[in-house]
Amino acid sequence: MEAEAGGAIERARSGDSDAFRLLVEQHSHAIFRLAFRMTGNEQDAEDVVQETFLRAYRQLDKYEARSSFSTWLFRIASNYSLDLIRMRKRHEDRRERGTSEEHDILQVIPVDTPGPDRIVYGTEVQQKVSAALNQLSAQERTAFVLRHFEGLSIEEIGEALGTGANATKHSIFRAVQKLRKSLEPVVGHAR
Amino acid sequence: MNHVSEEQLVLLYYGEAPDRAAIDQHLADCEDCRAEYRALQLVLNTVDSAPVPARSADYGAEVWQRIEKRLGARKRRRWSLSHWWIWAPAMTALLVVAFLAGRFTHKPAGADMAKNQQIRERILLVAVGDHLERSQMVLAELSNAPSGKGKLDITDERQMANELLEDNRLYRQTAHSTGDTAVSNVLDDLERVLIEIAHSPTEVSNDQLEELQRQIESRGLLFKVRVLGSRVREQEIAPSAGKDDKKL
Repeated sequence: MEAEAGGAIERARSGDSDAFRLLVEQHSHAIFRLAFRMTGNEQDAEDVVQETFLRAYRQLDKYEARSSFSTWLFRIASNYSLDLIRMRKRHEDRRERGTSEEHDILQVIPVDTPGPDRIVYGTEVQQKVSAALNQLSAQERTAFVLRHFEGLSIEEIGEALGTGANATKHSIFRAVQKLRKSLEPVVGHAR
Repeated sequence: MNHVSEEQLVLLYYGEAPDRAAIDQHLADCEDCRAEYRALQLVLNTVDSAPVPARSADYGAEVWQRIEKRLGARKRRRWSLSHWWIWAPAMTALLVVAFLAGRFTHKPAGADMAKNQQIRERILLVAVGDHLERSQMVLAELSNAPSGKGKLDITDERQMANELLEDNRLYRQTAHSTGDTAVSNVLDDLERVLIEIAHSPTEVSNDQLEELQRQIESRGLLFKVRVLGSRVREQEIAPSAGKDDKKL
């Protein structure tokens, strides 16, 4: 697929919109999955998908074939998602300062005190996983999603986010620690 | 070997442990570390259950439909000095100036004067048509930009507004001098908004974006520019119409 993409990228660079359409059609599902896992929000994920392709189109000349095209798209999507998560967090902080009665999924699903009798594997576990992911910082979540779901190496993630391998590694470690703290009671293992 | 750290187990899980053989050996010998690794695996495997909303098989085509028009605008804006469309408007503007200058310095008689006048109007129409189309792109980009998304990078819009401003002044003055007040008025409104965009920061806040959108909307500018652009294009197609009909 990457070899085919190479031809499409070259044609898209020279202004062939059909070639870029091919790339959009090939990568939209993957970018949506990544974006949703990073933002946890369907509408935000849709925004990320569109903005990723718009930015990719504008920056096609900057794409170097050293990394795969999908990794390059992930980089754009990750950075935009990161901005979006941080912006959303700031907005929510402002909102929480304004009122203490905000509906919050973390209040509905108390991750730290699950109560074994309430646990029904399936939807509820999925909700708890989502809530646990929501507890990660933007940087932790981004690094973790790219490593865990997308299979990028720590070095690739460090390069994509401009944070370097060491900082990326620590973001992933912190993310895993937080996830274990939140989810071990849910999956039945008490440390 | 000491017990395996959590960090080493995480790296092992993701296949990035630098000392994999030693860790494997230790896990084979140490029940505590094996239990720790199983616990880690259980949590990380559970994370995979986080649902992602399904998208249809045609999702890629749907995304394309949504972005295609915006790509068109971006493509036109991928200017570089090697591309003719950067300097074509400026060159056209210079031609307009040259014709206007010629109008005051040369006094051709009879048929020559009429012919020159027709050419002048034709050039002005084409130039203004292109100018309006490019202006419409900037206005549409900002009008359609989602507010409530925090800081928005409008570097491209600012740059384009800056480039359009000089041409706009020239066309407005030309339209004014030829008595085309309809064009002159729209270009005057457009110029005010282009100035605002050009002087905005590269990243605008929600409030700043909404203020720009309000200015565009309150003047009905996008609509005016669109209508005027259509009329200009119609005039380009029908250049043989009488002079009075060419007034916009």
